Amino acid sequence: MSILVDKNTRVVIQGITGGAGSFHARQMIAYGTQVVAGVTPGKGGSKFDDRVPVFDTVARAVAETGADTSCIFVPPAFCADAIAEAAAAGVRLVVVITEGIPTLDMIAVRRLLDEKGVRMVGPNCPGVLTPGECKVGIAPGYVHRPGRVGVVSRSGTLTYEAVWQLSALGIGQSTCIGIGGDPVGGIDFVDALTLFEADRGTDAVVLIGEIGGAAEERAAAFIREHVRKPVAAFIAGVTAPPGKRMGHAGAIISGSSGKAADKIEALRAAGVAVTANPAEIGVTLRAALAARPAPRRHVEVRRAPAGRPAPKRAAAPGRSAAGKTATRKGPAKKPALSRPKKRSGKRGR
Amino acid sequence: MKLHEHQGKDLLRKAGVPVPVGRVAFSVEEAEAAARAVIEETKNETVVVKAQIHAGGRGKGGGVKVVRGVAEARAAAEKILGMTLVTHQTGPEGKVVRRLLVEQGLDIARELYASVVPDRERRRVVVMLSSEGGMEIEEVARRSPEKILTRAIDPAYGMRPFEARDLAYGLGLGEPATGKLARVLQALYRVFVAEDCALVEVNPLVVLRSGDVLALDAKVNLDDNAAYRHKDREALADPTEEDPAEAAARAAGFSYIRMHGDIGCMVNGAGLAMATMDILKHHGGEPANFLDVGGGASKDQVALAFKVILSDPSVKAIFVNIFGGILKCDVLAEGVIAAVQEAGIRVPLVVRLEGTNVERGRQLLADSGLSIVVGQDMDDGARKAVALARGQGA
Repeated sequence: MSILVDKNTRVVIQGITGGAGSFHARQMIAYGTQVVAGVTPGKGGSKFDDRVPVFDTVARAVAETGADTSCIFVPPAFCADAIAEAAAAGVRLVVVITEGIPTLDMIAVRRLLDEKGVRMVGPNCPGVLTPGECKVGIAPGYVHRPGRVGVVSRSGTLTYEAVWQLSALGIGQSTCIGIGGDPVGGIDFVDALTLFEADRGTDAVVLIGEIGGAAEERAAAFIREHVRKPVAAFIAGVTAPPGKRMGHAGAIISGSSGKAADKIEALRAAGVAVTANPAEIGVTLRAALAARPAPRRHVEVRRAPAGRPAPKRAAAPGRSAAGKTATRKGPAKKPALSRPKKRSGKRGR
Repeated sequence: MKLHEHQGKDLLRKAGVPVPVGRVAFSVEEAEAAARAVIEETKNETVVVKAQIHAGGRGKGGGVKVVRGVAEARAAAEKILGMTLVTHQTGPEGKVVRRLLVEQGLDIARELYASVVPDRERRRVVVMLSSEGGMEIEEVARRSPEKILTRAIDPAYGMRPFEARDLAYGLGLGEPATGKLARVLQALYRVFVAEDCALVEVNPLVVLRSGDVLALDAKVNLDDNAAYRHKDREALADPTEEDPAEAAARAAGFSYIRMHGDIGCMVNGAGLAMATMDILKHHGGEPANFLDVGGGASKDQVALAFKVILSDPSVKAIFVNIFGGILKCDVLAEGVIAAVQEAGIRVPLVVRLEGTNVERGRQLLADSGLSIVVGQDMDDGARKAVALARGQGA
């Protein structure tokens, strides 16, 4: 199980004949992704690497190949238009790798996507990857391994670092999402956490945030109320210089200082295991999982394997209280949807 | 990109926002002439001499003087031009004042606050208005958030007149100020969109005894991502406001921010670059800089990044932390070797490589004959860099 993309995902790549588009199209194909079409206006009718049909428009690509997900490498000046084209053509998911799109363009195009009910990941992001099944974007595939931990991050390379740490510990991933660092984008932490909480293939979540905005604070509030799976987090930018954020007005709107310390405090108060050391993201998740295994539908007494690190959770009381409430109410009201069926034996070491 | 107050006011004036009569001046003589012209035009001896730097808090720092007559204006200009202004936004080193704005004095009845800014959560441009002008608006937001009125604008329609009226009537100013205020709010929104801004903030927006509404200050930041569709922007840039190393980095396509520590950092990706500074601090070190060489850095860019790091005399060790995705480890290694061979290196160098072509990258470094300390992982590399910066062996 996974979220957003899997082995059945059919991908169209907008900008497939450009430098980055062609390089990463090959990487995606090599990973096993079903790349069914490419789009470059003016190059319709040709084939990319003698195998992927190229179309002039996304509408044609979707009509002829059944593509349901678009991956976009179009330059920033034309990117909002490319996103709108994908949405109009009827794909269900748009993954935007392009960096440097004007904020006003994103505000306008996000409004359009919301109207059409199309999901977006990015822009300015590494994309989405479900290990062993599908990679849509630019993440290095080989650092991932299949498993049951979801990863959601505002960063690119820091995501690879976190995934690599998990894989090195033998902890595989269900799906990894880089949501991108732009002020206005698509899926945010709350959207991703909602999907991971509902996904039966996900037992726990790694959340990687950074300074600026209030997305982490909103995630913390959401976790406190709605997430029963363990969450481990790292927030980048404790040492970042002040004044590099937007002026006062931005901070007021978000209702937050944008500072790392405030985000960490909010997450800890919601019961999230936050590490201050980016080299310990993997072990922090492992400890969080050992301390509070994911809730299961079928009662099956099972202890955490011996020898795991002792739980070290700053805000355990708050969290466990919230957890208990949820557990008490949960099974009667919503028995199946939000609870994983069973746990994989692969997880752990 | 940040604009000076006088540049921001030019944009506002063109959009129909009333601003005080004023002239920009780069020397004492120009300031004197500006004061004479302003006094003549307004028939008012009171003028304000304002330092123009890319930071707020200028009044408290002594960068704004209200004076009477040309002679006093000249004296104020002599004092302010060339001074190093330290405010809560400049950092302890302050900023040198190189230009002034000389403006008419005004008979102010009330000070308001207005701004236009993108709201991440609502994914809209938001117009904000408050009766509490002239104050730290963050303070107002904390103490009495009900005093800040906001309106999220639908991008398909822009700010409609009734939306501006809804905000303006919320302050209960009476007429004619309310009607004028509503028109100013719409104009601020128009400036934000037409110029692709990241922030338009007017604090204070003043109401005069006559009922006129004027922008007494203007803080305008432009969205750098939209620079390609505003060819006239380059003329607005002020290179003297920028750290030369930061400017050189930007021109070369990577981002560098100088910090106050002694461990130089070279990293790919902004998140990992911040995390690298964090882990150095976590182990008791102090980063000398933030440096993101970007996803697709070339060998030459890596070499240039090295020179930029070494241009900071306080650097006592360098930590290169690369998780190669698009940036391949062998390319990084070639850049490091080229830079060290060309420019030499006076401090210990710790390199941690992971990711695409990592084996080849490590081999290149090992074969180079350079004295490079290998970080096994991020933690190991950071510990070694901290120890070496302290003059201890790793």
